[in-house]
Amino acid sequence: MTSKYRFIGKATPRKDATEIVTGSSRFLNDIKLPDMLYGKVLRSPYPHALIKKVDKRKAQKLPGVKAILTWEDIPDWKGGTPRYTRVLDQKVRYVGDAVALVAATSEEMASEALHLIDVEYELLPAVFEMEEALIPGAPQLYDEFPGNVVTPGVPFFGPKNLKEVVMGDVEKGFEEADVITEGAFGYENMPNPLPSEPPGVIALWEEPNKVTLWVSNQASYMDSIILSHIIGRKVKVRTIGGPCGGSFGSKYMSWQIQCYAALLSRATCKPVKLIFTKEEHLAVFTMRLASRMKARVGMKKDGTVTAISGRWLIDTGYYSMTTQSQVAVGCGEVQIMVRCPNWDLKPVIVCTNRNASGIVRGFGGQELKCILIPLLSLAMEKVGVDPFEFLKKNFVKPGDGYFWRDGIWYTYRGVDYTNAMDKGAEAFGWKDKWRGWLTPTAVNNTKRIGVGVGVHGNADIGEDASEAYVRLYPDGTAMLFSCITEHGTGQRSNVVKMVAEVLQLPMERVSVTPSDSLINPYEFGPAGSRGTYAIGGAAIAAAEDAKKKLFELIAPKLQAAPEDLETVDGVIFVKGNPEKRIPWKAMGVDRTITGYGRFEPDYTLSNCMMTFVEVEVDTETGKVTLVRVVNTTDVGQIIDPPGLEGQLNGCLGSGGIDSAIFEETILDYSTGHILNANMVDYKWRTFPELPVIDNVALETPFPTHRFHAVGVGEVATSPGPVAVLMAVSNAIGVWLHDYPVTPDRVLKALGKIGDMRKGGMR
Amino acid sequence: MKTIKPAKKKEPETQRISLTVNGQLFELEAGGEPDQVGSSHTLAHTLRETLGLIGTKVSCDHGACGCCTVLMDEKAVLSCMTLTIECDGKKITTIEGLSDTRAEKLDPLQQAFIDYTAFQCGFCTPGIIMSAKALLNENPSPTEEEVKEGLSGNFCRCISHYQVVKAVMAASKKAGYRNDQ
Repeated sequence: MTSKYRFIGKATPRKDATEIVTGSSRFLNDIKLPDMLYGKVLRSPYPHALIKKVDKRKAQKLPGVKAILTWEDIPDWKGGTPRYTRVLDQKVRYVGDAVALVAATSEEMASEALHLIDVEYELLPAVFEMEEALIPGAPQLYDEFPGNVVTPGVPFFGPKNLKEVVMGDVEKGFEEADVITEGAFGYENMPNPLPSEPPGVIALWEEPNKVTLWVSNQASYMDSIILSHIIGRKVKVRTIGGPCGGSFGSKYMSWQIQCYAALLSRATCKPVKLIFTKEEHLAVFTMRLASRMKARVGMKKDGTVTAISGRWLIDTGYYSMTTQSQVAVGCGEVQIMVRCPNWDLKPVIVCTNRNASGIVRGFGGQELKCILIPLLSLAMEKVGVDPFEFLKKNFVKPGDGYFWRDGIWYTYRGVDYTNAMDKGAEAFGWKDKWRGWLTPTAVNNTKRIGVGVGVHGNADIGEDASEAYVRLYPDGTAMLFSCITEHGTGQRSNVVKMVAEVLQLPMERVSVTPSDSLINPYEFGPAGSRGTYAIGGAAIAAAEDAKKKLFELIAPKLQAAPEDLETVDGVIFVKGNPEKRIPWKAMGVDRTITGYGRFEPDYTLSNCMMTFVEVEVDTETGKVTLVRVVNTTDVGQIIDPPGLEGQLNGCLGSGGIDSAIFEETILDYSTGHILNANMVDYKWRTFPELPVIDNVALETPFPTHRFHAVGVGEVATSPGPVAVLMAVSNAIGVWLHDYPVTPDRVLKALGKIGDMRKGGMR
Repeated sequence: MKTIKPAKKKEPETQRISLTVNGQLFELEAGGEPDQVGSSHTLAHTLRETLGLIGTKVSCDHGACGCCTVLMDEKAVLSCMTLTIECDGKKITTIEGLSDTRAEKLDPLQQAFIDYTAFQCGFCTPGIIMSAKALLNENPSPTEEEVKEGLSGNFCRCISHYQVVKAVMAASKKAGYRNDQ
C-alpha cells in the first residue's frame, strides 16, 4: 500500500544532521561570550553540617577572581517543592552541597580559588536510609519537614493533585481473592540517566531586573518560567536553548546551576559560564528516585487483581522539585498498567542526606512498576498465570478509566493494545520460551536462559499546553515558531515534517526558530512522550491556520472559494482545475502570513510499551547477559522510522534496562560519599555487548491529530528492568527482589556466597 | 686531574610546538600566558580553546567516554588524556578535518551517519565518527564485530549504537572508500 503522506512515515534526513556529523553543532560549552567569566562551586565534604564561618580573603587575592558568594551574600531564592531549599544555605545537607560560588577569568583560576576558601563547619548527624530517616529522633534535614516527610506544599497539578491510589474497599477485595501475597521490594540503585553532555549554563545579568540564560536543557521555555518563580517573579528571565547533549528527563530542571550562574553574573556584571564536571554530574546533580515498597495483593485464579495495598517509600535525597509530580504520575500510570477496583497505596516521600532526586525517563511510573510487578508476580506464580497473559489482560482498554495526575477521572478512548502485545509475543516467541514461573527456558551446563516481560503506559502523551506560530513567506518558504528543544529524539525535525506535510512544502523549505523564549510562544517542552501529540498538535494547528489565511487572501485572485484551493510546493491552485494556479508570491512581497496553533491538555489517551527480554545467567560467575530484547507498541502512525527505532533502542540506556543488570550509583552509607562518581566506575554498556533488539511498532490510527499518531519516546526504558528481574529469577529458579542483579546478588540468591555488601555500604 | 668544564649557558628560548591540524600548520608557544600552551593543557583544550575547533567534545575529561577522540598520525587518541606539549610535530585530524565544507563534500562516513540517522543528541557523534575513521583507516572492510570492538571506548547514552554500526558498515562497503583518505 502506498502511503497517503509525502513526508510522514518516510525516513527523511534530520534537519540538524549535517551540523551533527561535521561537528559544527554549537552545544552550550561551545559558546563563548566577550568578557566571559567561569564559575565553580565549592562543595561540602560533609553530609550534614552548619557553616560557622567562611574565610574568603586568600581566594579573593588571587588574580582573576571576580566574585565569591556564600549564603550570606545572596538574596533569599528558594527552590524545591515545597519551596524550602535555598540556593546557598547556612546548612549543608549532603556531600557535595554548594557552600560557595566563585567566578574568575578562567576555569583553572576559579578551581584554584576553591582551594583557598576556608570553611568552618559544625558537623551534624546525618541519615541516609529512608526508614531510619522516619524514626522519631532521626536527624532532621529541614525544620519545615518534621520527621523528614516531604509535606504536600503547593502541588504542581492543581488542588486535587494525585497523592495516592485509594479507592474501593481493599478488605472486601482481599476477601474475594483466591491468593494473597505480600513482600518487600526495592528499586533503589539510583541509576544516573547520564547524558554525555554535562549540565551547564551561561548567564548574563544585564539590567537590574533582566537576566538572559543560554541553556542546554530539555525544555528551554520552562527554564525561564521556573527561574522567574524561584527568583521572586520580579526579574525578566530570557532563556536561549540550543542542542541539548542528552537529557532523559534530567535536564528538564537545572534551576540550581542556573541560579549559581545568574548570581555570579549579577555580582560581576559579566556573563558567567558554569559547566559541571562529570564528577559533579554523577555525584551532585539529580538522579533517579530510590523506591521501596511493602505491599499486599489479592488475585483470583484467572489473573484478576482484587486488591492492592501497601506503602511506597520514596527517597528523594536532600530535596526535590518534582518528586510529588512523579508520585502523582506514577500513581496514575499504575492504574493504566493494572486494572483493580480496590486500592490503598500510600506513597511517603522522605528526604535523606544524599544528593537530590529529579526527573528521569520513566518519571515515577517506572520506579513504581519496578517494585509492584515483582509483587504481582508472586501472586501470578501461586495461581499459575502467565505474566504476558496477565499484563495483556490488565492493561487499560477503551472505556476503562483511571485517576490521572490531577486527581481527575479519565476514560481511556485510544486503541486496544492487545493486538500489539500479541504481535510482540509472536516476534519474541514467548509461547515457546515461557516454561512457567522460576523455570529456565534452557539449561546448558552453567548457563541458564530465562525470559521475562514488562509493560508501561503513560497518559502524559497529551500533557500540558503547547503553542506555535507558522509563518508563510512570499518566496514559498515557511518558518515554525516553537520553543521545542532538540534533546536527541529528532523532534524538532519531526515537527517541521508535520508542518511540511500540512503545507505540502519540501522539508528544506521549512525551518524552525531557535528555542528562544523571547521570540517563541509558550512551550512545555518534549517530556512524557508529549512531543508527537501535544507539540505536533500545536504546530499542525498553526500550519492549518496559516494555510487557511493564505487561501482566504488568494481566493479572489483565483476567483474561487478558499475551501476549493490547495497548495503544493509553494503554488496555490484550484482543486478541480489545477491549471488555475498562482505562486505564494501573489500574497505580495510586503507581506507574511502567520498562523497560530494551541494544544490543550488531553489525558484520555495513553501510550503503551511492552518489553520482552531473554537473559543468560552463568551460575558459576553470577554474570547476567542480556541476549535479546523485543519492544512492542502501537504508535498510531510512524512519523520518522529511524527516529522511532532510535528511541526504542534507547531502552538500554538512561536508567533503563541496564539499571536491572549493572547500573547503580553506590553510596557509602557511613560517610555519604558516592563511590563511583566517574565513568570508569559507573558501569555503562559498550558496543561489543549489544544484545539483539527487535522493535515491533503497529500503526492503528489514534484519535489524536490529523496524522493520528502518539509519542513513545519516554516509555521505552520503563518495562525493561522488571522484565530482566523476572527473567533472571526464572533462569535461576529463585526470586530476586532487588536491582541490579549484579553477580554478587545472583550468587547470593543461589546460596553460593554470603552477603558481599558489607562495611560502609548497605 | 679531571677538569670540569663550565656548563654552557643556555640561551632562554621559547619552546615551540608545531601541530598540523586538519592540514594546516600551527606553531604554538609553550608558556603560561592565555594564548600559549600551558604544561597542563590537554590536546582537547588546545583544539577547543586555542584553535576554536569546537567539534571535538569533552564529556568525562577522564579518558573513559571517547567523546574527545581525534586522529593523531591516523590513529585514534583521546584528546582529553593527551598533553599538547607531547604532540610536537604530530598530524592531527579532527571532525572538522573530515569534510570539505567549501566544496560541501562530506566524508563518506559522515554521509553514512546522515543516511542511517546514526545519532540522537549528537554530542558523542564526533568522537564516534573519529574512532570509526581510525578503524577504517586500519581495516577498510571490518566485520560487524570488529566495528563494535573498534568503538568499544565510545559512550553513547541515547543508544545510537545499532544505527552507528549500520552506518560504519555501509561506509566501509562503499567502493573506493580507501581512496577518499
